[in-house]
Amino acid sequence: MEQKTKIDAEDGKQEIVITRTFDLPVDLLFKAYEEPEVIEQWMGTKVLKLENKKHGSYQFETSDAKGNVAFLASGVIHEFVPEQKITRTFEMENTPFGVQLEFLTFEKLTEDTSKLTMHVVYKSAALRDQILALPFAQGINMAHNRLQNIVNQFK
Amino acid sequence: MNLRRDVFQAIADPTRRAILVLVATQSMTAGAIAANFDTARPTVSKHLQILTECELLAQKQNGREVYYQTNANKMKDIADFIEPFRKMWDDRFNKLEDIMKNYKPAK
Repeated sequence: MEQKTKIDAEDGKQEIVITRTFDLPVDLLFKAYEEPEVIEQWMGTKVLKLENKKHGSYQFETSDAKGNVAFLASGVIHEFVPEQKITRTFEMENTPFGVQLEFLTFEKLTEDTSKLTMHVVYKSAALRDQILALPFAQGINMAHNRLQNIVNQFK
Repeated sequence: MNLRRDVFQAIADPTRRAILVLVATQSMTAGAIAANFDTARPTVSKHLQILTECELLAQKQNGREVYYQTNANKMKDIADFIEPFRKMWDDRFNKLEDIMKNYKPAK
């Protein structure tokens, strides 16, 4: 069965491309990235700030099951073109993973289907591999209470 | 043959995954690692031993201290190392799709 979500990660490169087709019209797909309350539902994060415009910025907060803040993610928006594209930076605050650059492209396939292409560029190929090999670091198990404090010591 | 199986067993354990995350970007001593867990120190030592045996962690002697760090090459060797990452996005996108199929504009 063909996978709906695909990841293209060429060896030795500092980038990945995530593609996904949706049984949704492109305007609804884009709304899921535009409306804070919708983002909160599917990303499982709290949206503290979201300025959908060039030079705008955003900040998301993820908590663990006990309600402790697990991590803050933030970035700035460079391009925001409804139903077409979002270009932004992304960073998990207080972690050593660095800033990544994200190019999100929204495409209409048919009246009822659409495609999202997420092109992510990391600081280095080595860092990309570390982040990919540790998907559980990506907001899932960063919930470890003291982890953030420890990581801070190494900054 | 057994090694491969061991690698997947190694990363199936949540404490061992947390250890890998912890040392992903800096090497740490066993004591510093153990300080992050409520688990008894010998249990953490056992986890470190398993991770080292399957080469996901490498030991580095620095004076009298032994530091642990991830072995990036070995992590890459895991055939499906990207699959959990893909799965995470797939789950998120499935949720997005479900939500938007029932989306009613607020206005």
